[in-house]
Amino acid sequence: MASFVRYTLDGKTCLAEEGTQLVAAARDSGVYIPTLCNHPGIPPKGSCRICTVLVNGIPQTACTTKVVEDMNVTTGTPELEAFRKAVVEILFAEGNHLCPSCERSGNCELQALAYRYRVTVPHFPYLFPKRDVEAWHPKLVKDHNRCIQCKRCIRGIHNAEGKALFAFGKRGDKVVINIDPDTSRDIGDELAQQAMDICPVGAILRKGKGFDVPIGRRRYDREPIGSEVKP
Amino acid sequence: MTRKIVIEPVTRVEGHGKVTIHLDDEGNVAQSRFHIVEFRGFERFVQGRPYWEAPVLVQRLCGICPVSHHLAGAKAMDVVVGAGTGEGLTPTAEKIRRLMHYGQIFQSHSLHFFHLASPDLLFGYDSPPETRNVIGIAMANRELATQAVLMRKYGQEVIAATAGKKIHGTGAVPGGVNKSLTAEERDRLLKGDGGPLNAGQMVAWAQGALELFKDYYRKHKDFIDRFSSFPSNHLSLVRKDGALDLYHGVLRAVDANGKRILNDVDYQEYLQHLREEVKSWSYMKFPFLKALGRENGWYRVGPLARLNTADFIPTPLAQKEFEGYKAATGGKPNNMCMHTHWARLIEILHAAEKMRELLQDPDILGGDLVVKGRRQPEGVGIIEAPRGTLIHHFRVGEDDLIQMANLIVSTTHNNEPMNRAVNGVARSMLTKAREITEGMLNAVEVAIRAYDPCLSCATHAYGRMPLEVLLYDDRGQLLARRRK
Repeated sequence: MASFVRYTLDGKTCLAEEGTQLVAAARDSGVYIPTLCNHPGIPPKGSCRICTVLVNGIPQTACTTKVVEDMNVTTGTPELEAFRKAVVEILFAEGNHLCPSCERSGNCELQALAYRYRVTVPHFPYLFPKRDVEAWHPKLVKDHNRCIQCKRCIRGIHNAEGKALFAFGKRGDKVVINIDPDTSRDIGDELAQQAMDICPVGAILRKGKGFDVPIGRRRYDREPIGSEVKP
Repeated sequence: MTRKIVIEPVTRVEGHGKVTIHLDDEGNVAQSRFHIVEFRGFERFVQGRPYWEAPVLVQRLCGICPVSHHLAGAKAMDVVVGAGTGEGLTPTAEKIRRLMHYGQIFQSHSLHFFHLASPDLLFGYDSPPETRNVIGIAMANRELATQAVLMRKYGQEVIAATAGKKIHGTGAVPGGVNKSLTAEERDRLLKGDGGPLNAGQMVAWAQGALELFKDYYRKHKDFIDRFSSFPSNHLSLVRKDGALDLYHGVLRAVDANGKRILNDVDYQEYLQHLREEVKSWSYMKFPFLKALGRENGWYRVGPLARLNTADFIPTPLAQKEFEGYKAATGGKPNNMCMHTHWARLIEILHAAEKMRELLQDPDILGGDLVVKGRRQPEGVGIIEAPRGTLIHHFRVGEDDLIQMANLIVSTTHNNEPMNRAVNGVARSMLTKAREITEGMLNAVEVAIRAYDPCLSCATHAYGRMPLEVLLYDDRGQLLARRRK
């Protein structure tokens, strides 16, 4: 039988199953904590930092933090909101995110968060990095211009033998996530679609598939990101 | 003493351009040029992108007629994905695209006639510039101005229903469309919500606009017939049976007397018939018909050209107007620049009739949206945009990335005619003129405006942008400056 712990979330006393990821526990209590690198069903990584909250006054990523007894969590101070907005702005400045012609526009988590945080003017200098579009694979395109290196694809997409389809290449500010030619050789359409769907932006695309969902019926046309968590 | 007159920017057109006119020692026009001073570069930066992005990416060329680029790009990619040209799509896909396109023609032509061109006609090209604009139209004729706004709105609503949004939608995809209409959307456009925004009202207003022009023509026949008239070749798509078709067809060109010089050729082979020349003083190229060469191969595109190449219009009310229009020239090609407005208004009526017809077609509610076949390495898409023939040509690698793009936009085809129009008006207006008036300079712009050039997408400043004339001596010293 599961044991429950009592903790404080934005001043309210809440109950959660012991060991629950803080992002999920907060969602169950009606509080939205934004995420990008986190994805249900795959191990958390804490790499994008957008889910940073104050745990007993100390900044911690909510995706890698488990709820414990008497924990005091603050999710929405002006400083935290400004920090999250800055994370989104930096991700835009660091890559080449051209929403008008992107297949994921309207379904993109980064774009949806930019709308949530009202990112209207650049506060950081855009780097305009020269990046490639990797299109050798018969079913997938990897657009490095849009990749935010969240590693969701590395952690979440595996072939029938359990091997990852995607892998890191290069180092430092040159790091890229490539399609592994060996593990991805014989993938089917279903796995290719899963790879496209797990990417929070438009960095992984299925070949020949584009703009199938009309404007007005895309995920964030229906409701803004975070709306799925009802207080 | 030689003079150089610069009209910059040219106003009440889409985009940025300028005119330079050089007067010699005796006050004669030695040289005049219409310069396009902006550079867009879409042909280059679409390279390396996945082919299915092209219809959405290239439409960012323009905010006035993005649908034209969207559809021309999609038509080229239809060929690439093996769906063929025109007839290859499902009935629902083709009719939804056509509806989108007629909505585009309707709103863009309405914008041009009422907002951009009508102030020159209703007030006179040399009337005070303070009132010679769309606000002046609204002050003088509130009902007409309201009608103009609502006609444009209706066209935009049709685009939103078919493309997803009014500007820069995503409706056309390689091989088809991503949505058809719901019965509610269809009924709203067909019948309106109890207001004037319905298909029948648009036909009636289009007829009213034509009557307005024809009344003006009866009173100012000499000006409309003579202003900036010159013979030229004319090029457009026509339907295989010779009908006016703005969405799909074969390429036809006629000379100033109506002789066929391009006889209904498959547009996939456009490169066998058209060439482009580059000149150092403009970012815009100069296309010409290869068979006639650079000197004689230039031509006009757009409403005037289309009504010269087409044999008939396949909607009854527009056909009746077409017959009256053709009678004015005894059935011969019309080379009178200002008659472009007349032709444009007939096309507005045709677009209104086509929208009403399509909205009553059950195919627009269908669910069979996309077809694909054997993948091809390249494709050409041509459409009759509001301003004329629009060519998109893409080559796509085996990796699905675009390797080459060639875009010949409508205004590019009209480059040489617009330069000739500028030269003709400059010579008649400015030669040995003792004083250069604002009205004289606007006359030069009136000639350009008849072609409705889209130099890019800058409608935000019409009527308010400064016009500056600089006078230089033969050593390039600035002698005088005058601002409008």
